[in-house]
Amino acid sequence: MLEILDYAFMQRALLAAVLVGITAPAVGIYLVQRRQAIMGDGIGHVALTGVALGFLTGANPVWTAVAVSALGAILMELIRWYGKTRGDLALAMLFYGGMAGGVLLINLSPTGSNANLTTYLFGSITTVSPEDVVAISLLAAFVVLITLGLRRQLFAVCQDEEFARVTGLPVRTLNLLLAVTAAVTVTVAMRVVGLLLVSALMVVPVAAAQQATRGFAMTLALAIAIGVVVTLSGTVFSFYKNVPPGASIVVLAIGVFAVITALAAPLAKRRAQRAAEAEERCTLRDDVLV
Amino acid sequence: MEAEEARETGVTEEPDIATAAAPAARPASATAEDPISLRGATATLGGRPVLRGIDLTVRRGEVVALLGANGSGKSTAVRSVVGQVPLSGGELTLFGIPRRRFRDWARIGYVPQRTTAASGVPATVREVVSAGRLARRRFGPPRKADRAAVQRALELVGMADRARDPVGALSGGQHQRVLIARALAGEPELLIMDEPMAGVDLTSQEILAGTLREQVAAGATVLLVLHELGPLEPLIDRAVVLRDGCVVHDGPPPKAVGQHALPGHDHVHPHAAADAEPIRTGLLT
Repeated sequence: MLEILDYAFMQRALLAAVLVGITAPAVGIYLVQRRQAIMGDGIGHVALTGVALGFLTGANPVWTAVAVSALGAILMELIRWYGKTRGDLALAMLFYGGMAGGVLLINLSPTGSNANLTTYLFGSITTVSPEDVVAISLLAAFVVLITLGLRRQLFAVCQDEEFARVTGLPVRTLNLLLAVTAAVTVTVAMRVVGLLLVSALMVVPVAAAQQATRGFAMTLALAIAIGVVVTLSGTVFSFYKNVPPGASIVVLAIGVFAVITALAAPLAKRRAQRAAEAEERCTLRDDVLV
Repeated sequence: MEAEEARETGVTEEPDIATAAAPAARPASATAEDPISLRGATATLGGRPVLRGIDLTVRRGEVVALLGANGSGKSTAVRSVVGQVPLSGGELTLFGIPRRRFRDWARIGYVPQRTTAASGVPATVREVVSAGRLARRRFGPPRKADRAAVQRALELVGMADRARDPVGALSGGQHQRVLIARALAGEPELLIMDEPMAGVDLTSQEILAGTLREQVAAGATVLLVLHELGPLEPLIDRAVVLRDGCVVHDGPPPKAVGQHALPGHDHVHPHAAADAEPIRTGLLT
Protein backbone atom coordinates (compact mmCIF):
# COMPACT_ATOMS: atom_id res chain seq x y z
CA MET A 1 0.00 0.00 0.00
CA LEU A 2 2.70 2.48 1.02
CA GLU A 3 4.80 1.77 -2.06
CA ILE A 4 2.85 4.43 -3.93
CA LEU A 5 4.67 7.01 -1.79
CA ASP A 6 7.93 5.93 -3.47
CA TYR A 7 6.84 7.71 -6.62
CA ALA A 8 7.63 11.42 -6.54
CA PHE A 9 4.66 12.19 -8.80
CA MET A 10 2.36 10.39 -6.37
CA GLN A 11 3.72 12.36 -3.44
CA ARG A 12 2.90 15.54 -5.32
CA ALA A 13 -0.52 14.27 -6.36
CA LEU A 14 -1.43 13.26 -2.81
CA LEU A 15 -0.27 16.58 -1.37
CA ALA A 16 -2.35 18.41 -3.98
CA ALA A 17 -5.28 16.11 -3.17
CA VAL A 18 -5.16 16.98 0.54
CA LEU A 19 -5.07 20.69 -0.25
CA VAL A 20 -8.06 20.31 -2.57
CA GLY A 21 -9.92 18.29 0.06
CA ILE A 22 -9.48 21.13 2.55
CA THR A 23 -10.06 24.16 0.33
CA ALA A 24 -12.95 23.09 -1.90
CA PRO A 25 -15.47 22.43 0.93
CA ALA A 26 -14.14 25.42 2.93
CA VAL A 27 -15.22 27.76 0.13
CA GLY A 28 -18.15 25.64 -0.98
CA ILE A 29 -19.96 25.95 2.36
CA TYR A 30 -20.42 29.71 1.81
CA LEU A 31 -21.66 29.19 -1.74
CA VAL A 32 -24.12 26.54 -0.55
CA GLN A 33 -25.26 28.81 2.27
CA ARG A 34 -25.92 31.57 -0.24
CA ARG A 35 -27.67 29.09 -2.55
CA GLN A 36 -25.06 29.59 -5.26
CA ALA A 37 -23.88 26.01 -5.35
CA ILE A 38 -23.49 26.21 -9.11
CA MET A 39 -21.12 29.20 -9.06
CA GLY A 40 -18.06 26.95 -8.80
CA ASP A 41 -19.13 25.27 -12.02
CA GLY A 42 -19.27 28.60 -13.82
CA ILE A 43 -15.83 29.60 -12.58
CA GLY A 44 -14.53 26.22 -13.77
CA HIS A 45 -15.77 26.94 -17.28
CA VAL A 46 -14.16 30.37 -17.32
CA ALA A 47 -10.87 29.02 -15.93
CA LEU A 48 -10.51 26.91 -19.06
CA THR A 49 -9.80 30.07 -21.06
CA GLY A 50 -7.11 30.86 -18.50
CA VAL A 51 -5.50 27.44 -18.91
CA ALA A 52 -5.47 27.83 -22.69
CA LEU A 53 -3.91 31.28 -22.35
CA GLY A 54 -1.12 29.65 -20.37
CA PHE A 55 -0.44 27.22 -23.21
CA LEU A 56 -0.59 30.01 -25.75
CA THR A 57 1.82 32.31 -23.91
CA GLY A 58 4.08 29.66 -22.40
CA ALA A 59 3.27 30.73 -18.84
CA ASN A 60 2.31 28.21 -16.13
CA PRO A 61 -1.41 27.51 -16.77
CA VAL A 62 -2.10 27.56 -13.00
CA TRP A 63 -1.28 31.28 -12.76
CA THR A 64 -3.09 32.28 -15.95
CA ALA A 65 -6.09 30.29 -14.77
CA VAL A 66 -6.04 32.14 -11.43
CA ALA A 67 -6.02 35.50 -13.20
CA VAL A 68 -8.78 34.71 -15.71
CA SER A 69 -11.07 32.86 -13.28
CA ALA A 70 -10.71 35.62 -10.65
CA LEU A 71 -11.78 38.14 -13.29
CA GLY A 72 -14.67 35.86 -14.24
CA ALA A 73 -15.74 35.47 -10.61
CA ILE A 74 -15.69 39.24 -10.04
CA LEU A 75 -17.76 39.69 -13.19
CA MET A 76 -20.29 37.09 -11.90
CA GLU A 77 -20.52 38.95 -8.59
CA LEU A 78 -21.11 42.24 -10.40
CA ILE A 79 -23.81 40.59 -12.52
CA ARG A 80 -25.44 39.38 -9.30
CA TRP A 81 -25.59 42.98 -8.03
CA TYR A 82 -26.68 44.78 -11.14
CA GLY A 83 -28.02 42.04 -13.38
CA LYS A 84 -31.49 41.62 -11.87
CA THR A 85 -33.76 40.01 -14.45
CA ARG A 86 -31.28 39.38 -17.27
CA GLY A 87 -28.65 38.11 -14.85
CA ASP A 88 -29.04 34.43 -15.73
CA LEU A 89 -28.53 35.07 -19.44
CA ALA A 90 -25.41 37.12 -18.75
CA LEU A 91 -24.06 34.29 -16.61
CA ALA A 92 -24.82 31.72 -19.33
CA MET A 93 -22.89 33.87 -21.81
CA LEU A 94 -19.93 33.99 -19.46
CA PHE A 95 -19.91 30.24 -18.77
CA TYR A 96 -20.15 29.08 -22.38
CA GLY A 97 -17.89 31.87 -23.61
CA GLY A 98 -15.23 30.69 -21.16
CA MET A 99 -15.57 27.08 -22.30
CA ALA A 100 -15.55 27.86 -26.03
CA GLY A 101 -12.70 30.34 -25.64
CA GLY A 102 -10.62 27.71 -23.87
CA VAL A 103 -11.10 25.06 -26.55
CA LEU A 104 -10.43 27.60 -29.30
CA LEU A 105 -7.25 29.04 -27.77
CA ILE A 106 -5.72 25.71 -26.81
CA ASN A 107 -6.00 24.41 -30.35
CA LEU A 108 -4.38 27.60 -31.64
CA SER A 109 -1.38 27.17 -29.36
CA PRO A 110 1.69 25.28 -30.63
CA THR A 111 1.99 22.90 -27.64
CA GLY A 112 -1.64 22.47 -26.68
CA SER A 113 -4.11 19.87 -27.88
CA ASN A 114 -7.38 18.38 -26.79
CA ALA A 115 -5.36 15.72 -24.96
CA ASN A 116 -3.84 18.35 -22.63
CA LEU A 117 -7.30 19.74 -22.21
CA THR A 118 -8.66 16.44 -20.94
CA THR A 119 -6.19 16.39 -18.03
CA TYR A 120 -7.46 19.82 -16.99
CA LEU A 121 -11.11 18.90 -17.44
CA PHE A 122 -11.09 15.68 -15.41
CA GLY A 123 -7.87 15.89 -13.44
CA SER A 124 -4.71 13.84 -13.67
CA ILE A 125 -2.34 12.45 -11.06
CA THR A 126 0.72 12.14 -13.26
CA THR A 127 0.88 15.72 -14.48
CA VAL A 128 1.20 17.65 -11.18
CA SER A 129 4.62 19.24 -11.65
CA PRO A 130 6.88 20.49 -8.82
CA GLU A 131 6.04 24.09 -9.84
CA ASP A 132 2.36 23.20 -9.69
CA VAL A 133 2.80 21.97 -6.13
CA VAL A 134 4.39 25.28 -5.11
CA ALA A 135 1.63 27.27 -6.78
CA ILE A 136 -1.12 25.07 -5.37
CA SER A 137 0.32 25.29 -1.84
CA LEU A 138 0.51 29.09 -1.94
CA LEU A 139 -3.00 29.40 -3.31
CA ALA A 140 -4.39 26.92 -0.80
CA ALA A 141 -2.82 28.89 2.06
CA PHE A 142 -4.62 32.00 0.81
CA VAL A 143 -7.94 30.14 0.62
CA VAL A 144 -7.60 28.73 4.14
CA LEU A 145 -6.63 32.12 5.53
CA ILE A 146 -9.75 33.76 4.07
CA THR A 147 -12.31 31.00 4.63
CA LEU A 148 -11.32 30.16 8.20
CA GLY A 149 -9.95 33.55 9.27
CA LEU A 150 -13.03 35.47 8.14
CA ARG A 151 -15.45 32.68 9.04
CA ARG A 152 -17.73 34.79 11.24
CA GLN A 153 -17.84 37.69 8.81
CA LEU A 154 -18.48 35.53 5.73
CA PHE A 155 -21.07 33.52 7.66
CA ALA A 156 -22.93 36.72 8.54
CA VAL A 157 -22.84 37.97 4.93
CA CYS A 158 -23.97 34.66 3.40
CA GLN A 159 -26.60 33.96 6.05
CA ASP A 160 -28.34 37.35 5.97
CA GLU A 161 -26.80 39.92 3.66
CA GLU A 162 -29.31 42.60 4.60
CA PHE A 163 -28.57 42.30 8.31
CA ALA A 164 -24.82 42.12 7.71
CA ARG A 165 -24.94 45.45 5.93
CA VAL A 166 -26.59 47.10 8.94
CA THR A 167 -23.86 45.81 11.26
CA GLY A 168 -21.49 47.94 9.21
CA LEU A 169 -19.56 45.04 7.67
CA PRO A 170 -18.02 45.85 4.26
CA VAL A 171 -20.46 43.47 2.54
CA ARG A 172 -19.46 44.26 -1.06
CA THR A 173 -15.78 43.81 -0.33
CA LEU A 174 -16.43 40.53 1.47
CA ASN A 175 -18.58 39.29 -1.43
CA LEU A 176 -15.84 40.13 -3.93
CA LEU A 177 -13.24 38.50 -1.71
CA LEU A 178 -15.36 35.34 -1.53
CA ALA A 179 -15.74 35.32 -5.31
CA VAL A 180 -11.98 35.65 -5.80
CA THR A 181 -11.37 32.96 -3.17
CA ALA A 182 -13.74 30.62 -5.01
CA ALA A 183 -11.83 31.30 -8.23
CA VAL A 184 -8.52 30.55 -6.54
CA THR A 185 -9.97 27.30 -5.16
CA VAL A 186 -11.01 26.25 -8.64
CA THR A 187 -7.42 26.57 -9.83
CA VAL A 188 -6.11 24.75 -6.74
CA ALA A 189 -8.46 21.90 -7.56
CA MET A 190 -8.18 21.77 -11.34
CA ARG A 191 -5.01 19.65 -11.53
CA VAL A 192 -6.42 16.86 -9.35
CA VAL A 193 -10.21 17.01 -9.69
CA GLY A 194 -10.48 18.78 -13.02
CA LEU A 195 -12.42 21.87 -14.03
CA LEU A 196 -15.65 20.08 -14.88
CA LEU A 197 -15.88 18.36 -11.49
CA VAL A 198 -14.46 21.08 -9.23
CA SER A 199 -17.90 22.31 -8.30
CA ALA A 200 -18.93 18.85 -7.08
CA LEU A 201 -16.15 18.84 -4.52
CA MET A 202 -17.23 22.26 -3.30
CA VAL A 203 -20.82 21.18 -2.84
CA VAL A 204 -21.09 17.43 -2.18
CA PRO A 205 -19.01 17.23 1.06
CA VAL A 206 -21.03 20.16 2.46
CA ALA A 207 -24.31 18.53 1.45
CA ALA A 208 -23.16 15.28 3.07
CA ALA A 209 -21.99 16.95 6.28
CA GLN A 210 -25.16 18.94 6.83
CA GLN A 211 -27.22 15.76 6.91
CA ALA A 212 -25.64 15.00 10.27
CA THR A 213 -24.85 18.40 11.81
CA ARG A 214 -26.83 21.12 13.57
CA GLY A 215 -24.48 24.09 13.33
CA PHE A 216 -22.31 25.94 10.83
CA ALA A 217 -18.93 25.36 12.50
CA MET A 218 -19.61 21.64 12.81
CA THR A 219 -20.73 21.44 9.17
CA LEU A 220 -17.55 23.20 8.06
CA ALA A 221 -15.31 20.85 10.07
CA LEU A 222 -17.08 17.69 8.92
CA ALA A 223 -17.20 18.84 5.28
CA ILE A 224 -13.44 19.39 5.29
CA ALA A 225 -12.89 15.97 6.88
CA ILE A 226 -15.05 14.33 4.21
CA GLY A 227 -13.26 16.33 1.54
CA VAL A 228 -9.82 15.14 2.62
CA VAL A 229 -10.93 11.50 2.94
CA VAL A 230 -12.49 11.34 -0.53
CA THR A 231 -9.70 13.22 -2.34
CA LEU A 232 -7.02 11.02 -0.80
CA SER A 233 -8.82 7.72 -1.34
CA GLY A 234 -9.96 8.77 -4.82
CA THR A 235 -6.40 9.64 -5.83
CA VAL A 236 -5.09 6.30 -4.56
CA PHE A 237 -7.88 4.46 -6.36
CA SER A 238 -7.00 6.29 -9.58
CA PHE A 239 -3.36 5.20 -9.22
CA TYR A 240 -4.31 1.53 -9.14
CA LYS A 241 -7.14 1.58 -11.67
CA ASN A 242 -5.71 4.21 -14.03
CA VAL A 243 -8.85 6.37 -14.20
CA PRO A 244 -9.03 10.18 -14.00
CA PRO A 245 -8.94 11.10 -10.28
CA GLY A 246 -11.71 13.68 -10.62
CA ALA A 247 -14.21 11.00 -11.50
CA SER A 248 -13.31 8.60 -8.69
CA ILE A 249 -13.19 11.43 -6.09
CA VAL A 250 -16.63 12.73 -7.01
CA VAL A 251 -18.21 9.27 -7.14
CA LEU A 252 -16.73 8.56 -3.70
CA ALA A 253 -18.05 11.86 -2.33
CA ILE A 254 -21.54 11.07 -3.56
CA GLY A 255 -21.21 7.63 -1.96
CA VAL A 256 -20.35 9.28 1.39
CA PHE A 257 -23.35 11.56 0.95
CA ALA A 258 -25.64 8.57 0.40
CA VAL A 259 -24.28 6.69 3.43
CA ILE A 260 -24.58 9.68 5.79
CA THR A 261 -28.07 10.44 4.53
CA ALA A 262 -29.15 6.84 5.08
CA LEU A 263 -27.71 6.86 8.61
CA ALA A 264 -28.88 10.33 9.60
CA ALA A 265 -32.45 10.18 8.29
CA PRO A 266 -33.84 7.85 11.01
CA LEU A 267 -32.00 9.91 13.64
CA ALA A 268 -33.48 13.18 12.44
CA LYS A 269 -36.91 11.58 12.23
CA ARG A 270 -36.74 10.43 15.83
CA ARG A 271 -35.56 13.86 16.96
CA ALA A 272 -38.40 15.59 15.14
CA GLN A 273 -40.91 13.11 16.61
CA ARG A 274 -39.66 13.79 20.13
CA ALA A 275 -39.87 17.55 19.59
CA ALA A 276 -43.41 17.23 18.22
CA GLU A 277 -44.50 15.10 21.17
CA ALA A 278 -43.07 17.61 23.62
CA GLU A 279 -45.08 20.37 21.99
CA GLU A 280 -48.31 18.40 21.82
CA ARG A 281 -48.34 17.50 25.47
CA CYS A 282 -50.34 19.85 27.67
CA THR A 283 -48.26 21.52 30.29
CA LEU A 284 -49.70 23.97 32.76
CA ARG A 285 -47.19 26.75 32.80
CA ASP A 286 -47.66 30.20 34.23
CA ASP A 287 -44.05 31.27 33.97
CA VAL A 288 -44.90 33.00 30.73
CA LEU A 289 -47.16 35.47 32.48
CA VAL A 290 -44.29 36.76 34.66
CA MET B 1 -8.22 48.25 16.79
CA GLU B 2 -7.32 51.31 18.84
CA ALA B 3 -9.61 53.48 16.81
CA GLU B 4 -12.39 50.95 17.25
CA GLU B 5 -12.02 50.95 21.00
CA ALA B 6 -11.94 54.72 21.10
CA ARG B 7 -15.20 54.71 19.17
CA GLU B 8 -16.71 52.23 21.58
CA THR B 9 -15.87 54.28 24.62
CA GLY B 10 -17.20 57.31 22.79
CA VAL B 11 -20.48 55.49 22.35
CA THR B 12 -20.79 54.54 25.99
CA GLU B 13 -20.10 58.06 27.11
CA GLU B 14 -22.60 59.74 24.90
CA PRO B 15 -25.83 58.53 26.53
CA ASP B 16 -24.82 60.30 29.77
CA ILE B 17 -24.62 63.62 28.05
CA ALA B 18 -27.81 62.81 26.25
CA THR B 19 -29.85 61.89 29.32
CA ALA B 20 -28.79 65.15 30.90
CA ALA B 21 -30.07 67.01 27.90
CA ALA B 22 -33.04 64.77 27.21
CA PRO B 23 -35.68 66.18 29.60
CA ALA B 24 -35.45 69.60 28.00
CA ALA B 25 -35.24 68.29 24.46
CA ARG B 26 -37.79 65.52 24.68
CA PRO B 27 -41.16 67.24 24.30
CA ALA B 28 -39.81 69.90 21.99
CA SER B 29 -39.42 69.50 18.25
CA ALA B 30 -36.56 67.80 16.46
CA THR B 31 -33.02 68.23 17.74
CA ALA B 32 -29.80 67.64 15.88
CA GLU B 33 -29.06 64.45 17.81
CA ASP B 34 -32.34 62.64 17.04
CA PRO B 35 -31.67 58.93 16.38
CA ILE B 36 -33.74 59.07 13.20
CA SER B 37 -34.71 62.11 11.18
CA LEU B 38 -36.27 61.62 7.76
CA ARG B 39 -37.29 64.76 5.83
CA GLY B 40 -39.34 64.73 2.66
CA ALA B 41 -38.16 61.24 1.82
CA THR B 42 -39.12 59.79 -1.54
CA ALA B 43 -38.34 56.33 -2.87
CA THR B 44 -39.38 54.24 -5.83
CA LEU B 45 -39.44 50.49 -6.27
CA GLY B 46 -39.43 49.23 -9.84
CA GLY B 47 -40.44 52.66 -11.18
CA ARG B 48 -43.45 52.93 -8.83
CA PRO B 49 -43.33 55.66 -6.16
CA VAL B 50 -43.55 53.98 -2.75
CA LEU B 51 -42.61 56.90 -0.50
CA ARG B 52 -43.95 60.25 -1.63
CA GLY B 53 -42.29 62.71 0.70
CA ILE B 54 -42.56 61.45 4.25
CA ASP B 55 -41.27 63.09 7.42
CA LEU B 56 -40.40 60.79 10.28
CA THR B 57 -38.54 61.75 13.42
CA VAL B 58 -37.73 59.40 16.25
CA ARG B 59 -36.41 61.15 19.35
CA ARG B 60 -34.18 59.64 21.97
CA GLY B 61 -35.97 57.24 24.30
CA GLU B 62 -39.14 57.20 22.20
CA VAL B 63 -41.03 54.12 21.05
CA VAL B 64 -42.58 54.89 17.67
CA ALA B 65 -44.86 52.54 15.76
CA LEU B 66 -45.11 52.83 12.00
CA LEU B 67 -48.57 51.63 11.01
CA GLY B 68 -50.39 51.20 7.75
CA ALA B 69 -52.01 48.74 5.40
CA ASN B 70 -50.03 46.40 3.17
CA GLY B 71 -48.37 48.44 0.45
CA SER B 72 -48.57 51.72 2.35
CA GLY B 73 -44.78 52.02 2.30
CA LYS B 74 -44.07 51.34 5.97
CA SER B 75 -41.55 48.57 5.34
CA THR B 76 -39.86 50.62 2.62
CA ALA B 77 -39.60 53.52 5.06
CA VAL B 78 -37.63 51.54 7.65
CA ARG B 79 -35.61 49.78 4.98
CA SER B 80 -34.56 53.16 3.63
CA VAL B 81 -33.55 54.23 7.15
CA VAL B 82 -31.14 51.29 7.41
CA GLY B 83 -29.86 51.83 3.88
CA GLN B 84 -31.49 48.83 2.17
CA VAL B 85 -33.61 51.00 -0.13
CA PRO B 86 -31.99 54.08 -1.67
CA LEU B 87 -33.89 57.36 -1.25
CA SER B 88 -34.59 59.18 -4.50
CA GLY B 89 -35.10 62.45 -2.64
CA GLY B 90 -35.24 64.07 0.78
CA GLU B 91 -32.73 63.72 3.55
CA LEU B 92 -31.98 61.24 6.28
CA THR B 93 -29.83 61.73 9.34
CA LEU B 94 -28.98 59.11 11.96
CA PHE B 95 -27.97 60.48 15.35
CA GLY B 96 -27.52 63.84 13.69
CA ILE B 97 -25.16 62.54 11.00
CA PRO B 98 -26.14 62.41 7.32
CA ARG B 99 -26.75 58.80 6.27
CA ARG B 100 -23.87 58.84 3.76
CA ARG B 101 -21.34 59.72 6.43
CA PHE B 102 -22.87 57.55 9.17
CA ARG B 103 -20.48 54.78 10.21
CA ASP B 104 -21.46 54.08 13.79
CA TRP B 105 -23.66 51.06 13.03
CA ALA B 106 -23.11 49.56 16.47
CA ARG B 107 -25.64 52.12 17.77
CA ILE B 108 -28.37 50.53 15.63
CA GLY B 109 -29.91 47.09 16.13
CA TYR B 110 -31.90 45.96 13.09
CA VAL B 111 -34.49 43.18 13.08
CA PRO B 112 -35.47 42.49 9.46
CA GLN B 113 -38.78 41.00 8.49
CA ARG B 114 -38.56 37.29 9.11
CA THR B 115 -38.44 35.18 6.00
CA THR B 116 -39.45 31.56 6.05
CA ALA B 117 -36.79 30.59 3.53
CA ALA B 118 -34.18 28.67 5.50
CA SER B 119 -30.53 29.13 4.68
CA GLY B 120 -28.77 26.31 2.85
CA VAL B 121 -26.45 25.27 5.68
CA PRO B 122 -27.61 24.61 9.25
CA ALA B 123 -26.67 27.19 11.87
CA THR B 124 -27.19 27.10 15.60
CA VAL B 125 -29.10 29.73 17.51
CA ARG B 126 -25.88 30.92 19.14
CA GLU B 127 -24.10 31.22 15.78
CA VAL B 128 -26.87 33.42 14.38
CA VAL B 129 -27.03 35.61 17.49
CA SER B 130 -23.22 35.97 17.49
CA ALA B 131 -23.42 37.55 14.03
CA GLY B 132 -25.10 40.52 15.68
CA ARG B 133 -22.00 41.09 17.77
CA LEU B 134 -20.02 41.92 14.60
CA ALA B 135 -21.50 45.40 14.88
CA ARG B 136 -19.23 45.92 17.90
CA ARG B 137 -16.17 43.93 16.83
CA ARG B 138 -16.13 43.66 13.08
CA PHE B 139 -12.83 41.83 12.72
CA GLY B 140 -10.66 39.93 15.13
CA PRO B 141 -11.54 37.01 17.38
CA PRO B 142 -14.44 37.38 19.83
CA ARG B 143 -13.45 38.22 23.39
CA LYS B 144 -15.00 37.43 26.73
CA ALA B 145 -17.19 40.56 26.65
CA ASP B 146 -18.54 39.53 23.23
CA ARG B 147 -19.47 36.05 24.37
CA ALA B 148 -21.09 37.49 27.50
CA ALA B 149 -23.16 39.93 25.41
CA VAL B 150 -24.37 37.07 23.18
CA GLN B 151 -25.32 35.01 26.22
CA ARG B 152 -27.15 37.99 27.74
CA ALA B 153 -29.09 38.55 24.51
CA LEU B 154 -30.08 34.86 24.42
CA GLU B 155 -31.31 35.05 28.01
CA LEU B 156 -33.27 38.26 27.34
CA VAL B 157 -35.44 36.50 24.77
CA GLY B 158 -35.60 33.22 26.71
CA MET B 159 -33.64 31.21 24.13
CA ALA B 160 -30.52 30.40 26.16
CA ASP B 161 -31.59 26.77 26.58
CA ARG B 162 -31.94 26.43 22.79
CA ALA B 163 -28.54 27.99 21.99
CA ARG B 164 -27.16 24.78 20.45
CA ASP B 165 -30.25 23.94 18.42
CA PRO B 166 -30.37 24.61 14.68
CA VAL B 167 -32.50 27.67 13.80
CA GLY B 168 -34.22 25.59 11.15
CA ALA B 169 -35.93 23.56 13.88
CA LEU B 170 -37.53 26.56 15.59
CA SER B 171 -41.12 27.78 15.41
CA GLY B 172 -41.86 31.14 13.80
CA GLY B 173 -42.06 32.86 17.17
CA GLN B 174 -38.84 31.33 18.43
CA HIS B 175 -37.10 32.31 15.21
CA GLN B 176 -38.26 35.88 15.65
CA ARG B 177 -36.88 35.89 19.20
CA VAL B 178 -33.51 34.75 17.82
CA LEU B 179 -33.49 37.61 15.30
CA ILE B 180 -34.20 40.08 18.10
CA ALA B 181 -31.45 38.56 20.26
CA ARG B 182 -29.10 38.99 17.28
CA ALA B 183 -29.90 42.72 17.17
CA LEU B 184 -29.54 43.01 20.97
CA ALA B 185 -26.13 41.26 20.96
CA GLY B 186 -24.60 44.48 19.62
CA GLU B 187 -26.05 46.41 22.59
CA PRO B 188 -27.64 49.07 20.38
CA GLU B 189 -29.19 52.38 21.47
CA LEU B 190 -31.75 52.30 18.68
CA LEU B 191 -33.78 49.23 17.75
CA ILE B 192 -35.44 49.09 14.34
CA MET B 193 -37.87 46.22 13.91
CA ASP B 194 -39.82 45.29 10.79
CA GLU B 195 -43.07 43.47 11.69
CA PRO B 196 -41.68 41.69 14.77
CA MET B 197 -45.09 40.23 15.65
CA ALA B 198 -46.02 38.76 12.24
CA GLY B 199 -46.69 35.04 12.48
CA VAL B 200 -45.58 34.90 16.11
CA ASP B 201 -47.41 32.67 18.60
CA LEU B 202 -48.90 34.13 21.76
CA THR B 203 -46.15 32.87 24.08
CA SER B 204 -43.44 34.45 21.95
CA GLN B 205 -45.49 37.66 21.63
CA GLU B 206 -45.56 38.00 25.41
CA ILE B 207 -41.82 37.30 25.67
CA LEU B 208 -41.05 39.80 22.91
CA ALA B 209 -43.18 42.46 24.57
CA GLY B 210 -41.37 41.81 27.87
CA THR B 211 -37.95 42.06 26.19
CA LEU B 212 -38.91 45.29 24.51
CA ARG B 213 -40.25 46.72 27.75
CA GLU B 214 -36.92 46.03 29.46
CA GLN B 215 -35.02 47.69 26.59
CA VAL B 216 -37.24 50.75 26.74
CA ALA B 217 -36.88 50.94 30.53
CA ALA B 218 -33.11 50.89 30.04
CA GLY B 219 -33.36 53.89 27.73
CA ALA B 220 -33.45 52.33 24.27
CA THR B 221 -35.10 54.11 21.36
CA VAL B 222 -37.38 51.94 19.23
CA LEU B 223 -38.90 52.19 15.76
CA LEU B 224 -41.34 49.41 14.97
CA VAL B 225 -43.22 48.53 11.83
CA LEU B 226 -46.51 46.98 12.88
CA HIS B 227 -49.61 45.75 11.16
CA GLU B 228 -51.61 46.29 14.34
CA LEU B 229 -50.66 47.56 17.76
CA GLY B 230 -51.50 44.28 19.54
CA PRO B 231 -49.71 43.39 22.78
CA LEU B 232 -47.13 46.16 22.26
CA GLU B 233 -49.76 48.88 22.58
CA PRO B 234 -48.89 49.93 26.17
CA LEU B 235 -45.27 50.55 25.20
CA ILE B 236 -45.87 52.83 22.27
CA ASP B 237 -45.43 56.59 22.72
CA ARG B 238 -46.34 57.69 19.25
CA ALA B 239 -47.78 56.22 16.10
CA VAL B 240 -47.07 57.29 12.56
CA VAL B 241 -49.61 56.03 10.06
CA LEU B 242 -48.73 55.74 6.38
CA ARG B 243 -51.12 55.50 3.48
CA ASP B 244 -50.04 55.30 -0.15
CA GLY B 245 -46.56 56.51 0.73
CA CYS B 246 -47.70 59.57 2.71
CA VAL B 247 -47.95 60.24 6.43
CA VAL B 248 -51.63 60.60 7.36
CA HIS B 249 -51.27 60.57 11.15
CA ASP B 250 -48.43 61.42 13.52
CA GLY B 251 -49.38 61.50 17.16
CA PRO B 252 -50.70 59.38 20.01
CA PRO B 253 -51.36 55.76 19.06
CA PRO B 254 -54.92 55.12 17.92
CA LYS B 255 -56.79 53.64 20.85
CA ALA B 256 -58.70 50.36 21.23
CA VAL B 257 -60.91 49.80 18.19
CA GLY B 258 -59.28 52.82 16.56
CA GLN B 259 -56.62 50.74 14.90
CA HIS B 260 -59.22 49.00 12.82
CA ALA B 261 -60.79 52.29 11.87
CA LEU B 262 -57.55 53.78 10.56
CA PRO B 263 -57.80 55.31 7.13
CA GLY B 264 -57.03 52.78 4.49
CA HIS B 265 -56.79 49.94 6.94
CA ASP B 266 -58.26 46.98 5.12
CA HIS B 267 -57.56 44.44 7.77
CA VAL B 268 -56.88 40.92 6.65
CA HIS B 269 -55.85 38.37 9.20
CA PRO B 270 -53.34 36.12 7.47
CA HIS B 271 -52.81 34.03 10.56
CA ALA B 272 -55.01 31.42 12.24
CA ALA B 273 -58.22 32.73 13.73
CA ALA B 274 -57.30 31.39 17.15
CA ASP B 275 -54.50 33.83 17.74
CA ALA B 276 -55.90 36.63 15.64
CA GLU B 277 -56.97 38.64 18.66
CA PRO B 278 -54.57 38.18 21.52
CA ILE B 279 -56.39 38.32 24.84
CA ARG B 280 -55.35 41.53 26.51
CA THR B 281 -54.99 40.71 30.17
CA GLY B 282 -53.28 43.93 31.12
CA LEU B 283 -50.31 41.91 32.29
CA LEU B 284 -47.98 44.00 30.21
CA THR B 285 -48.83 47.32 31.77
